[in-house]
Amino acid sequence: MTTATAPRGMALRFYRYCWLHYRRNWKGTIVISVANPLLFLIAIGAGLGTLVGSDVAALGGVSYLAFFAPGMLAAASMQNGMIESAFPVSYHRMPGRAYPVAVATPLEPVDVLNGHALFMAVKVAIGAAAFCAVMFAFGVATSPLAALVLPAAALTGFAFAMPVTAWAVTLPDVRPVQTLFKWVVMPLYLFSGTFFATTQLPEAAQHLVALTPLWHGVELCRTLTLGTATWAGSLAHTAYLSAMALAGYLLARRNFRRHLHP
Amino acid sequence: MKGTMMPAAHVIVLRHLWVLRKGRPWNLAVNGVFEPFLYLMSVGVGIGQLIDGDGGAVAYAAFVAPALLATSAMNSAIAETTGAVWWRLRFEKFYDAIVTTPLTVRDIAYGEIAASVLRSTLSAACFLVVIAGFGMVHSWWALLALPACVLVAYAFSAAGMAAITVIREFHHQQYLQLVMLPMFLFATTFYPLSVYPAALRPVVAALPLYQSIELLRGLTTGHLHPGMLVAVGYLLAMAALGSWLATRRLSRLLLP
Repeated sequence: MTTATAPRGMALRFYRYCWLHYRRNWKGTIVISVANPLLFLIAIGAGLGTLVGSDVAALGGVSYLAFFAPGMLAAASMQNGMIESAFPVSYHRMPGRAYPVAVATPLEPVDVLNGHALFMAVKVAIGAAAFCAVMFAFGVATSPLAALVLPAAALTGFAFAMPVTAWAVTLPDVRPVQTLFKWVVMPLYLFSGTFFATTQLPEAAQHLVALTPLWHGVELCRTLTLGTATWAGSLAHTAYLSAMALAGYLLARRNFRRHLHP
Repeated sequence: MKGTMMPAAHVIVLRHLWVLRKGRPWNLAVNGVFEPFLYLMSVGVGIGQLIDGDGGAVAYAAFVAPALLATSAMNSAIAETTGAVWWRLRFEKFYDAIVTTPLTVRDIAYGEIAASVLRSTLSAACFLVVIAGFGMVHSWWALLALPACVLVAYAFSAAGMAAITVIREFHHQQYLQLVMLPMFLFATTFYPLSVYPAALRPVVAALPLYQSIELLRGLTTGHLHPGMLVAVGYLLAMAALGSWLATRRLSRLLLP
């Protein structure tokens, strides 16, 4: 029972380490996590949107910018969740870096996981908040339900961060991470209903897209922003994303123990 | 000393080919084609349908396709001359070893640029075949799109080679993305120049990617215009300036 002797609050120690690190080099992370989605919002939503009529049936009768912005919020949050988990976890788990060193102290693998997961949640929420601020400034969120879009987007990002954390801690080097971004993140990003309505796809493809977690995040954020959310739909999307986060977390707990206390 | 006076840039190209000899060529092709193809399907066809029904989608995809071709050439040129060259310059100290041989700094710079142009042209050629196969090319002038891609790759490889000499830390390379991403999004890739307010149009037209897109869009759609000659001149000037600057900066770094 090693855990019985470990002092409480150890997870917060690892969280504080992540936060200290972030405070020293937050400028570099702004480029990817904040500037990138905002540029897409302006270029595609506001720029390309001028070519799309405001009464297109597939968009449900709203302007293209109003359709695109919440979808982009969910997609950007997914990307942030992956960026916060994939590279950092596979980097920290290498010999002599933060994870193996931390578990040589009274921190248990689960403390390291909890601390890092908390940090990921905070980072994903910061990115979503920055995007929401700009989205609201564009005036595309018309419903009072839009206040809930920030937690919805943060949940989307976190739901991706947890399984990726579970996977990244098992990697011997960072190369598979690049493969993940290229072959999984990019297709999800471009085909989960962010850029165009999934109803435009053939029916078989629509069913396939509806299985992907990003589609649930996009739908959740979009219906909340546009005020078309239903209880049943929102609960189903939230349940899907929460289940994914929880399953990822439980798997990560097991993998952290196996790989950090071999 | 006749041997040392011979330009030997090709040695760098041969060295890279030798290192890559086990890398399967279709990996290279798939890597160059996959991302622009996804953008073509999602933005070109997906958003294209929203613009003017299915008829609009065909026209819009043909509008976006040459822009993505230029972007593909640009991105692979920049990836080759920044990421890989930074590694050799600052981390492996590969060029410090080379300048002790009969190769000159100019050979190193031109050799790296040539190797980059080769790889970038290869992936652009594959993408050109893909868009031609999907019927998004409407003119026989598109045969000239391949040499045009070589020119685009040359201009961006030289510029990337010059830019990378300034970057000291590995993670500072992300500042290049601050230039590349807005350029990808705003250089009339997805919508024409007329969408911008009149005051902004000259700024957009001054972007090198805009000039590359003008050239390739003219060739693949068959709408030839004098602006394309301006684009050729612009890209040639950029290539010459970039090569000169890269050689000069590398000389300072390698021969103190």
